[in-house]
Amino acid sequence: MQALIVLLPLFGAMLAMPIGRTGGPRAAEATTTVLVAIAALLSWITFISVGFGDGEKTIVLFDWINSGDLKASWSVRVDALSATMMIVVTTVSSLVHLYSIGYMHEDPSRPRFFAYLSLFTFAMLALVTSDNLLQLFFGWEGVGVASYLLIGFWHHKKSANDAAIKAFIVNRVGDVGLGLGIMACFFVFKSVEYDVILETIRNDGFVQPYGALAAVHISELSISFLGRTVPALEIIGILLFIGAMGKSAQFLLHTWLPDAMEGPTPVSALIHAATMVTAGVVLVCRMSDLYAVTPGASAMITVVGLATALFAATVGLVQTDIKRVIAYSTASQLGYMFFAAGVGAYGAAMFHLTTHAAFKALLFLGAGAVIHFNHHEQDMRGLGGLRTQMPVTFLAMLLGTLAITGVGIPLLHPGGVPVGFAGFVSKDVMLEEAFLGIEAGKSFAYAAFWGGLAAAVLTGFYSWRLIFLTFTGEWRAPAEVRRHPHSVPTTMLAPLAPLALGAVVAGMALYKPFVSAEGAPKFWDGAIHIASEAHGDSHSAEHVATASHADSHAAAGHDDHHATEDKAHAEDDHGGHHVPNWVLIAPLIAGSIGLIAAIFQYTGANPLKPGFLREGGIVYEFLKNRWYIDDLYRMLFQEPARRLGQLFWKQGDEGTIDGGGPNGIASILNLGAQRTVGIQTGFVFHYAFAMLLGVIILLFVLRV
Amino acid sequence: MGLSSYLTVAGILFAIGVAGIFLNRKNVIIILMSIELMLLSVNINFVAFSMFLGDLVGQVFAFMVLTVAAAEAAIGLAILVTFFRNRGDIAVTSANTMRN
Repeated sequence: MQALIVLLPLFGAMLAMPIGRTGGPRAAEATTTVLVAIAALLSWITFISVGFGDGEKTIVLFDWINSGDLKASWSVRVDALSATMMIVVTTVSSLVHLYSIGYMHEDPSRPRFFAYLSLFTFAMLALVTSDNLLQLFFGWEGVGVASYLLIGFWHHKKSANDAAIKAFIVNRVGDVGLGLGIMACFFVFKSVEYDVILETIRNDGFVQPYGALAAVHISELSISFLGRTVPALEIIGILLFIGAMGKSAQFLLHTWLPDAMEGPTPVSALIHAATMVTAGVVLVCRMSDLYAVTPGASAMITVVGLATALFAATVGLVQTDIKRVIAYSTASQLGYMFFAAGVGAYGAAMFHLTTHAAFKALLFLGAGAVIHFNHHEQDMRGLGGLRTQMPVTFLAMLLGTLAITGVGIPLLHPGGVPVGFAGFVSKDVMLEEAFLGIEAGKSFAYAAFWGGLAAAVLTGFYSWRLIFLTFTGEWRAPAEVRRHPHSVPTTMLAPLAPLALGAVVAGMALYKPFVSAEGAPKFWDGAIHIASEAHGDSHSAEHVATASHADSHAAAGHDDHHATEDKAHAEDDHGGHHVPNWVLIAPLIAGSIGLIAAIFQYTGANPLKPGFLREGGIVYEFLKNRWYIDDLYRMLFQEPARRLGQLFWKQGDEGTIDGGGPNGIASILNLGAQRTVGIQTGFVFHYAFAMLLGVIILLFVLRV
Repeated sequence: MGLSSYLTVAGILFAIGVAGIFLNRKNVIIILMSIELMLLSVNINFVAFSMFLGDLVGQVFAFMVLTVAAAEAAIGLAILVTFFRNRGDIAVTSANTMRN
């Protein structure tokens, strides 16, 4: 059954074109949508059965590579982590499929679009269900290819092509890190399978890398990298994280994400909510046992995540393209997930990933409806006042915004579950974990907590700014559009309903299994590393000791140990919160500050009036130009590369190779021919003279 | 008067004919005349050798050459007339349409 979840979208991708050719685009749309919807249904069944403790299992489809030590099977690993990702991916994907039927109904190449969407879904599912790093890499690259195809779907637009290429190339930069990380794993562990790698790390087992004379404990192993000797686990963690940075659009490798808005809006929803950008978070959580013992790599994750959260939020403040605002908000939220993972709260990261998928897909699909309604106008300065025009979309996006800005009732825990929109619950959990990280002495946890709060203020501002500029005030569209707006079909509004439901309840519904002290260890069941409160370090050391005694029963011992420990905690304090109350209220206050600022600025008579940051001002331009990072890259990499290419092209190829080769010989011959032609004067006496000369020479030659 | 005197005269005539062809920039008639001159110098050679060797074949051959020269002059002048009608000019330097 679980294999079907992965394979159905692949069948959809393969069948879309033939069916589209024989049965028309409508048949292709229906086929792919139904197949993905079935996959979504099966995913939910799987998720619920895993939630009820069905345990981890791996379905091996076939042996993929078996060469010496390198063994990789093609498999579907079913555990809490992959089941969570399966519901996220297939649910959002099936809703996006349904939505696209309405959104793309004017496009002549719909079967192709749906084939790509299904392919994208398949690649992401292959990524999350892999049980080894090699299959993960396949999915990783498959997602990259599918995103390239989808971002550049409108290939007649130059900007779309450029964006697609940019996404592909920036991702390649990260992939170098991922590739090196996988190779380093194979070098150290002689295996690319998660079970082998994580088991060894958990037990601090012996490893003997290639070329090493003796086996040593993995935690003591150092390998040489770039001429420097570094701890093996740290470097593996950092390299894998560089891969995650590329795919998840983290600071410095984020530049492709806003440009990816050139694709059709459903694609943006799919990229931002479910597939692609979440892959990095999944990788970090999948390898969480590794990151739990590598403070250096974790510190890097925290710093990069925090930088992204702040950077993207500040840039989001001044964007005027509705989709770009949401795009930067995605990058910012991904930053949250990463710093949560960086301080060791992998459950919280996955929690926010799941809730974020619901409200981000909702926001994107809502934005798509707005764009559709307004004849593809994406600039918020040309929108406004749509509250009365499209009430359903307004309600949906309002719920999404309430979720992302973290609105809820703090300090209230009926039945041990906080009350509030999805983003409120998950963001609170992450910030609490960051706060607990300060006590536990995690590096940069202090910065993560306060930076996260600052980002929450910015999130509140730009999210409400989007709502106010789009839905309140006057409708600033041209008269032509106002008279004949593009009606939004039901297929585009229907997907908003389940997502809106998710944005409201996902946080409360999933709190218990995902992050609560009692529920989380039982639910995750070893799929991700769960730190045991503030005493995580000493505890894990103790745990390592037990585990190495237990040898082959290490995994079982690990789980039991956790369970008892956490039960003790649950009795100790209700819900496992050691945090003072102000920490619980702070995120809501932060969001409210943003809201109030947005109300002041954007609900007046003229919402477009210059605000605190004036257009043309230094700060405004700095933010508007995305911290000049794109320009910096252009100056540092693009321009030298272009110059070098120009040099090789003009001097090297055209000058030396062509000049000395074909063109050179041709021009010499041509020049010679032109000289020779001069002999042919047309004067009879010249020819006669030549004849005479010839005769004389002949006579001299034949004289002998 | 030995053989060499005749051959010298013939050689000089031939050289004048050749020079007439190459140094002449004016008109085509001079070229025709120069060709005649060269043929005549050859005839002198024939006759001189015929006398020297006591063989009449050379003198018979000279007559053949004279006949051919007459025919050639007739054809040459006829071409010249047509050429003049076509181009309105018989200057040698203007007859260069064979140039590329």
